[in-house]
Amino acid sequence: MASTLTIDKAAPRRNPGYGSMSRDRAWALKWSYFFLTIFAIFSLVPPLYMLITSLKSSQEISAATNPWWVFHPTLGNYIQLLTSNQFLTFFFNSAMVSIFVVTITMLISVPAAFALARMRFWGSATLATGVFLTYLIPDTLLFIPLFKMFATFGDWSGIQLINRWYVLLIIYPTLTVPFCTWIMIGYFASIPKELDEAAIIDGASWFQTLTRIFIPVALPGIIAATIFAFTVSWAQFLYPLVFTTSTDQLVLPVGIITTLIKGDVFNWGQIMTGALLGAAPPLIIYAFLMDYYIAGLTAGATKG
Amino acid sequence: MVDIPYQPGRVAAASTRRRRGGLAAMMKRKSMVAFLMALPLIVLIGVLVIYPAFYAVHLATLNKSMQRFVGFDNFLFLFKRDTFWLVVQQSCIFAITAVVFKALLGFIVAHFVHNVPAKGQRKWRGMLLVPWVIPPAMSTLAWLWLFDPSYSAFNYTLGLFGAGPIPWTGDASWARFSVILVNIWYGAPFFMIMYLAALKSVPEQLYEAASIDGANWWQKLWYVTLPMMRNIIAITTLFSLIVTFANFDIVRILTAGGPLDHTHIFATWAFRIGIEGSDIPLGASVSLFMLPILGVAAIFILRDINKRGNES
Repeated sequence: MASTLTIDKAAPRRNPGYGSMSRDRAWALKWSYFFLTIFAIFSLVPPLYMLITSLKSSQEISAATNPWWVFHPTLGNYIQLLTSNQFLTFFFNSAMVSIFVVTITMLISVPAAFALARMRFWGSATLATGVFLTYLIPDTLLFIPLFKMFATFGDWSGIQLINRWYVLLIIYPTLTVPFCTWIMIGYFASIPKELDEAAIIDGASWFQTLTRIFIPVALPGIIAATIFAFTVSWAQFLYPLVFTTSTDQLVLPVGIITTLIKGDVFNWGQIMTGALLGAAPPLIIYAFLMDYYIAGLTAGATKG
Repeated sequence: MVDIPYQPGRVAAASTRRRRGGLAAMMKRKSMVAFLMALPLIVLIGVLVIYPAFYAVHLATLNKSMQRFVGFDNFLFLFKRDTFWLVVQQSCIFAITAVVFKALLGFIVAHFVHNVPAKGQRKWRGMLLVPWVIPPAMSTLAWLWLFDPSYSAFNYTLGLFGAGPIPWTGDASWARFSVILVNIWYGAPFFMIMYLAALKSVPEQLYEAASIDGANWWQKLWYVTLPMMRNIIAITTLFSLIVTFANFDIVRILTAGGPLDHTHIFATWAFRIGIEGSDIPLGASVSLFMLPILGVAAIFILRDINKRGNES
């Protein structure tokens, strides 16, 4: 076994007996590129089509010309949307909700993950498993009881939460906190015990250990969790659809669908522009922080 | 990497405190601090996840005006409705077909990406992951427009090849095909990235050893790759099964359950009945049918996690 392991990768090429192997590899590479191109086209058609349509005027959209090409590009749709108060309200609501949810999520899940990863207490192991299980409970199971709960709460206390954008700040953390806590338990657990033991011996409190040692060391994990929390709250569709109805309280996805589609009239140019602008923030974040995003994605199901 | 400033006063204070409190008191304090740190999490999960889950069961046993306990009447009523059985059928078809294709496609694409030299991998991975990054509500709108009956880009393209227009979302079986296709488009990148991570963790030496032993491509896949990836395949598939089964956005936007309720799945039908039809108890009963499959999947995932926890 040991002798086979020491053969380096270039060896087969030097040996004429293995000549077919490098030919196989080149052949496989060509096919890989071919199929990857097909898959990439499949992946990118809808977003590209959004872009193409967003640059067309409504006359060009309803004309029977080639839909895959823009003959008279115009920025009219963008100008119209970006100057309409409604759209800006949706965008503002979405941004507010996402920023607050990310903050709340981090404030809850970083200390909790630290406590669960490092400081055992009664029931902490059960709680760690429970956090993962809650992450598996989907929003589609909870929206009806939550709706009824908030309606009852409004009747009982007089504080109306339904149809206010900030109700989403209370609900979204149920989606983001379990996952973020879970991946951060993984990150924190991978930090060598000597680091925090040394800090405790030096007299740091548990809180100081968290802020001065764990947060800086686990920063990549925290960034991954932050990106994840942002994308989840930016993309959430069911909860805002259930909990908000007035136009000034809607967030982007629901706003585009309820206000730009009027009856059977689809203003596709504006819908696609809105969809593209709605997809832009996650896409931009992803373009710059792809590795963190992927780390967060893979950590969720592989760690633990 | 981490600099802790030297604080002589603090060290002295801590050591005196330790002498005074003793080890037992410190442990007690530690678990108390830990509990307080985890308290917001416990409250959140308890009040906004566990309680509503049980509350849904309670709601399901009430009558429409939510004043009278009716036991299992809501469920019995559902069993008598044809639409309910359509929903059960469609939920199963939708979830199983979509997950199988997502897993297959993800597996194949992951292999292709893995074949490409490391330098170019980032670029391909980036392009292939785009469907997963765009909010599904936004991308489904693009699909809706691609499927549009009169101006659809797909039908225009098919027309160039002389193929007739396809009623993508108008005909029951085409509508089922469309929602599954969009779900595969959206979910396959997740499998791709998970499988790619798994492929990268397989030691290259195993393949070299297998080639020297004369294993062909298929044998290497069957005896080296699959056993090494088994855990990730299992956990990703189960996880995706839950998410796909509970899907809402795609079906809601693409077909809203139509034509004639043929593409409704549990989540969209529960929304239609519970929120749009304001029959909250019946809606809650519908969504509760997702529980058994979630429970089974969760048990398997948990077993897998515990098993790996014991191994490491």
